[in-house]
Amino acid sequence: MTLFLEQMLNGVQFGVMLFLLAAGLTLVFGIMGVINLAHGSLYMIGAYAGTWIAGETGSFLLGILGAFAAAALAGVAIEYLVVRRLYGRDHLDQVLATFGLILIFNQTITLIFGRQPLFVSVPAILDGSIEIVPGLEYPLYRLTIIVVGLLVAAGLYLLINKTRIGMLVRAGSTNRDMVRALGVDIRLLYTLVFGLGALLAGLAGFMAGPIMAVQVGMGEQILITTFVVVVVGGVGSIRGAFFASLFLGVVDTGLRAYLPGLLRHVLAGSEADALGAGISSMGIYLIMAIVLLIRPKGLFMPNS
Amino acid sequence: MTPQTEHSSRRLLPALAVLALLIALPYLAQATGYTAMTTLATRVLIYGIAAASLNLVLGYGGMVSFGHAAFFGIGGYTVGILYQHYTLGEPLFGFIPGTNQLLITLPAAIVVSGLFAAAIGALSLRTGGVQFIMITLAFAQMLFFLFVSLKTYGGDDGLIIRRANELPGLNMRDKQTVYYVCLAIAVLFALVLSRIIRSRFGNVLSGIRQSEKRMAAIGLPVNSYKLVAFIISGMGCGLAGALMANFLRFASPDMLHWTKSGELMVMVILGGVGTLFGPFLGAAVFIVLESLLSSWTENWQLGLGVILLFVVLYTQGGVQALLGRLRRRA
Repeated sequence: MTLFLEQMLNGVQFGVMLFLLAAGLTLVFGIMGVINLAHGSLYMIGAYAGTWIAGETGSFLLGILGAFAAAALAGVAIEYLVVRRLYGRDHLDQVLATFGLILIFNQTITLIFGRQPLFVSVPAILDGSIEIVPGLEYPLYRLTIIVVGLLVAAGLYLLINKTRIGMLVRAGSTNRDMVRALGVDIRLLYTLVFGLGALLAGLAGFMAGPIMAVQVGMGEQILITTFVVVVVGGVGSIRGAFFASLFLGVVDTGLRAYLPGLLRHVLAGSEADALGAGISSMGIYLIMAIVLLIRPKGLFMPNS
Repeated sequence: MTPQTEHSSRRLLPALAVLALLIALPYLAQATGYTAMTTLATRVLIYGIAAASLNLVLGYGGMVSFGHAAFFGIGGYTVGILYQHYTLGEPLFGFIPGTNQLLITLPAAIVVSGLFAAAIGALSLRTGGVQFIMITLAFAQMLFFLFVSLKTYGGDDGLIIRRANELPGLNMRDKQTVYYVCLAIAVLFALVLSRIIRSRFGNVLSGIRQSEKRMAAIGLPVNSYKLVAFIISGMGCGLAGALMANFLRFASPDMLHWTKSGELMVMVILGGVGTLFGPFLGAAVFIVLESLLSSWTENWQLGLGVILLFVVLYTQGGVQALLGRLRRRA
């Protein structure tokens, strides 16, 4: 039972990470209508910048600030130089231009930091684990990620639903042209939203550092999963992204944890492991396909 | 850009000149001492077939599929799996005998990838826009992970095909022969594709891209047209994959990876979306760029990224349109 609970928490932690990425991606798509494949690169940039600064200065806090700064800077630069030209274009151009950006960022990072992954240890304050329920020791660091993620979700909820900027964002994702026609400085709004998304991606990347290796290609791995989250939740819906992230995070982690074991009852050990790993990787895509076939616009699409 | 103007008689002469050049290419390669040119050209032809197939849905049908590497990989694996069962001497599923005959494996690859395209297309075409992009990606990813997990067929490491498939009367171990076989198939394929594009079917497909509502209003079964185009396109990619497996003597999950789908799209857009020869040109530009840049620096992808960005942002319609504009200016 405690093992099950631990896996669930791991799932929630993964889900929260996905949410940090999906929130930005879904906003950028919902409001600007741009498919940004380079969102994963912002995650990678945050991870590298934060991890490097934390390693050089020995301060986790400076690392966070560095990750924020680097990701936001890169995000605003991408928006200003490339994405701004893609607003009116069709999806094909957007996919290809941002695919080009991925290549550029990956190689630039390789040039600066080399091919070796960076490793970073958990900061001393957050090291160790605490007993949540009797018999379940859970790493403090992962717990912190969950808390940070939920706080960000709450903050975004307030921002989107209770502030003027949030109102414009909601209006923008429902009817872009109308907002523009009402005289809102839509370009500033676009840059803000893009920067916010980049910030969250950078945060996610930095927090992922101590759990996963910081390496080139880390962005694409999680990017595709994030797209699944965005599409399942409904493009443009933060609420949808939140529930879809948690759901898919838990399902993915659960499948990885339990499927090989279940298959071992029917297959030989190594084959069960390989097949189990394969099918668990397929799980979220299967869910996405089913969701799209039942509700082609996603689960939480407003007004549908 | 319209298919009708594509193949007028004015274009026939340059096409014949290019064909003559392609036939002479292995000899030119030997004469100049740059023998790697033949294998490079073989890869260009194979990727050209795949990109031209993708272009049928992407350029003519307006369906942005981000999962066409799946069909490329299925074609490759069809060849690999049939070969493995041929060498082991045990039939596939207990009743399909393995084979190493190209005349059987190629049609098999086309049929199998066509079946997969029918299933994936029928499901995916119920969505549209960004959801279509993502659902095609999702199916390709599922197949990618399926092949990664199939230990019987090499899993992660891929499937080695010790000898290329046999074609009666030809020595398929000779690189030059393989090149000519690929050239013949590519020319045949381009002819078939040009017939399809100029047919009533092709015109309807272009019409659907321009206005799906209007085509539906005329009373045409829009979804069937899109599905048939998707299936034909999948079959073409399967054919290319089968040739690639023969050329590399290797089939691996890499063939189905989503970056491969991206590369195929890059080739289409480099050459020019919605043109018959554009994708072949795009494949040539892509492969040559890749090998040139990678011989200069191991960070060749940086250059590729910059070029890609430039092409998307500043050239409307890829290399072919760029050439056309230059020609008109001259």
